[in-house]
Amino acid sequence: MTMISDRQQLAYIASQAADARVNVELETEGMTLNIGPQHPATHGTLRIIARLDGEQVLWAEPSCGYMHRGYEKLTEVRTFPQVTALVNRIDWLGSFANEVPFILAAEQLMEIEAPPRAQHIRTILFELSRIANVSLFLGDLGVQLGAITPVFFAFRDREYVLNLIEGATGGRFHPNFDRIGGLKDDLPAGWIDETRAVMKKMRKFCDEIENLLFGNEIFESRTRGIGVIPRDVALQYGMSGANLRASGVDWDLRRDQSLPMAWDKVDWKVWTHNDGDSYARCWVRLQETRESTYIVERLLDTLPSGPVMTKVPRIIKVPEGEAWISTENPLGEMGYYVVSKGDLGPFRVKIRSASFNNISIVPWLLKGVYVPDIITILASLYFILGDIDR
Amino acid sequence: MNPLSSPAEATPRQDQMREQLLSDVTACLGDALVESHINVGNDLCVRIATDAWATSAAALKASLGFDYFCFLSAIDWMPSPFGKGEEDPTAEREERSTEIKQGLAGGETRMQVFARLVNHRTHVGITMKTDVPDAAPEVPSWVSVFAGANWHERETHEMFGISFSGHPDLRNMYLPTDFEGHPLRKDFPLLSRMVKPWPGIVDVEPLPGGGDEDEAEGSAP
Amino acid sequence: MYALLSSIPYWGETLLRLLGGAVAVLLPAGTIVYLFLFKMMSFMQSRLGPMEAGPYGSMQLFAEVGKWLQKEDLLPERADSFVFKIAPLIVLASTFLLVAVVPFGPDAWFTNFETGVFYALAVSSISVLGILMAGWSSANKYSLLGGLRAAGQLIAYELPMILAVVGVVIQAGSMNLQNIVVAQNAGSIFGFDGLGNPYLLTQFVGFVIFMIAVQAELTQTPFDMPIAESELVSGYMTEYSGFRFLMFFIGEFATAGVFAFIASVLFLGGWGVPFSWFGWTGIDDVDNWMNIGGPLIMLTKMLGLVFIIMWVRFSYPRFREDQLQRFAWKFLIPVSLVNIMATSVLKVAF
Repeated sequence: MTMISDRQQLAYIASQAADARVNVELETEGMTLNIGPQHPATHGTLRIIARLDGEQVLWAEPSCGYMHRGYEKLTEVRTFPQVTALVNRIDWLGSFANEVPFILAAEQLMEIEAPPRAQHIRTILFELSRIANVSLFLGDLGVQLGAITPVFFAFRDREYVLNLIEGATGGRFHPNFDRIGGLKDDLPAGWIDETRAVMKKMRKFCDEIENLLFGNEIFESRTRGIGVIPRDVALQYGMSGANLRASGVDWDLRRDQSLPMAWDKVDWKVWTHNDGDSYARCWVRLQETRESTYIVERLLDTLPSGPVMTKVPRIIKVPEGEAWISTENPLGEMGYYVVSKGDLGPFRVKIRSASFNNISIVPWLLKGVYVPDIITILASLYFILGDIDR
Repeated sequence: MNPLSSPAEATPRQDQMREQLLSDVTACLGDALVESHINVGNDLCVRIATDAWATSAAALKASLGFDYFCFLSAIDWMPSPFGKGEEDPTAEREERSTEIKQGLAGGETRMQVFARLVNHRTHVGITMKTDVPDAAPEVPSWVSVFAGANWHERETHEMFGISFSGHPDLRNMYLPTDFEGHPLRKDFPLLSRMVKPWPGIVDVEPLPGGGDEDEAEGSAP
Repeated sequence: MYALLSSIPYWGETLLRLLGGAVAVLLPAGTIVYLFLFKMMSFMQSRLGPMEAGPYGSMQLFAEVGKWLQKEDLLPERADSFVFKIAPLIVLASTFLLVAVVPFGPDAWFTNFETGVFYALAVSSISVLGILMAGWSSANKYSLLGGLRAAGQLIAYELPMILAVVGVVIQAGSMNLQNIVVAQNAGSIFGFDGLGNPYLLTQFVGFVIFMIAVQAELTQTPFDMPIAESELVSGYMTEYSGFRFLMFFIGEFATAGVFAFIASVLFLGGWGVPFSWFGWTGIDDVDNWMNIGGPLIMLTKMLGLVFIIMWVRFSYPRFREDQLQRFAWKFLIPVSLVNIMATSVLKVAF
């Protein structure tokens, strides 16, 4: 008898415990969701730890570093010409654009300047890498929001641009074409006509994306008013590029600083948007891609003749000094603070990459949004993991 | 366009705009500004007293419109005891200079924190440096002035071992929590170079159209 | 047909029906996957699609099925194994149950329910159970979110679907799908009987609502939040592999086919041709060859409707969960209610 009652008692206790457990489980205390490091929306290996209440985000915290390659340390053991091969891989979709500010900084320290033709070609290639980079963004934007078709258009048309870059430099993704004092080579024959044709195609691609995505009510309802970044917050966090211009700040480093590049030789427009939401960011990028095709065409019209390389010593030693050069890269402001001690290689290179700042706003931005909006916001901020982790 | 190439440029190069800016900054910061240097046509570099690091940023933001936070990082001015890793690691290590020589705008300590602010209306930037006390590497945090400094300070903290007083959350960003050492300090060895010297350090590519053909010995294709 | 069927025993008849059901589910599914998922999507996205297996890649489907059958049947460690294993079966079962009431010809049907419409709408929601079970039992947060989203979405879109069908039922005066087909083909528009009276014309609003609801029931873009590759990494299907994933996959496309069958029965005149073409007056006059021709006509109409479903799927981004609910409750349901009102008033008036 006691046996049975013991058992009953045990059963009672067990049921109480189960009830308590159920109660604890039923308390909607939120769920921690790990987005990444392996997730289709993270362009690589970004991990976002999000605390959810239902589908609403209570807080979210990106955790990066899965792709940290220690470039700032590695630059200290390389020579100046070798560093371009490293910085190439920071934003791997717009590689050529990464080389330019570093080379400019080195040239600044050496007090030399590339010949005008080299400056022109540099600018053209810079804009081509922007087109290649941002066109992929425009396609990928569709995938993030559930439309699978744009990405195929993007890959198809980006190929033409990559072929151009390959034709001129020999490398599709990592050209490593920029040299201190100019460029490795001149443009190949027939490249200019080919580029004009491709620029027309890219404008058509922009129209296609505009019709397919930007004119779509669902796309608008998914992006309008989502992830609004006010102007002062954007400045505080050091957002740059289209993200900053979408918040209404009329600032483009291509126009607003004097660099030995060819942007000031032609007319073009800086696009801004006042909303600061995801739609604005995507829209500004689309317009910039189209504008870039015009920049390339106009630069081709005014391409000067002459050498592409100035006289530089056989072994490059950069004089002692410090230089800061930043350019308006596809992802935003990309800058190098180069400290030289008169040696073969730099003493210290601080790499200021755009995505690191752009993504540091994420914990602030993701508070209170829904899970699908995480994806929209991350897509519209447009980061590349190599550019965050360096 | 580039001041280096403009014909109007006189031999002692002038940068009116940055000199004006420097006088404004001096007026704004007062004693907090220790030293300054104008990198003509490129940059204005000022050194701030360590204690006034955060307050000067706030002052510059409020009164001179430097409201765009560009980056924050640090420099270890000690010459690397390992050089560029170009030598045979098994051989006797040659003697290197250990003299610490700070860059523009001077300095007194081994490490300096430096950051860059930009006025988004005039598009003129300013590089600010501050000494990090050798004994207790700590400087005031900028997070309350620029929220974006949060991640930059975390990164600097783990890479240089400099702590930021007033920072809400100085966790590691990249490294595992139990990682020992501060990778961007010069005395942190780059292990791959310790194991095997970098062959590329002497491999210099011949330049197209470059003059010194006589000196291009052997390695030219 | 009757003679043939009456001469075989009951078990034989059942076997035949089962075989027919399998054909009616799997054949459209295969056709849809090859024609639309492999080829049409590829052409729309300026690529070729599979080209290696068979002429124009037509054998690709068999290669895919073979691949899936060979894959390991993975079971997550913390999963509720029984529920996890049975979930895809339930999803597939709802498809087979659904096809049972679809008439393919004057005598080519599996069952002839008097309340066929009611039955079809009822069994179509069984798949929700399967999806919810899959999402819950996977022991995966993404799957759970996907399963819950699916439950919310499918229930929300069940209602506009039912309401859209009510208009048809009022107009036909019957819930029997066979009668609805006959009513359309034997009907006339203001005395002109050359087209019959496909309810697509009179119930156009209902048709649009029905197709939108089908899109949502099938969890196709723009209503694919339960799957949402870029957010939930395939949602409730995340943890499935091999054979069980194949069942979900077949279920997805077979259900698309079956829903398109039902839509063609309800709005496009089903298996029939306008009876006046051949001088038929009712179902009893219809020639026997329609039992062969009818399924082909159905297949054509089904493919046309699936084309629309897939076209939308390949070109639209997806809604957010709350936007989808708002769309269902604040737009589709009011519009379908107005449609019912208008239909009943006109029915009484004429």
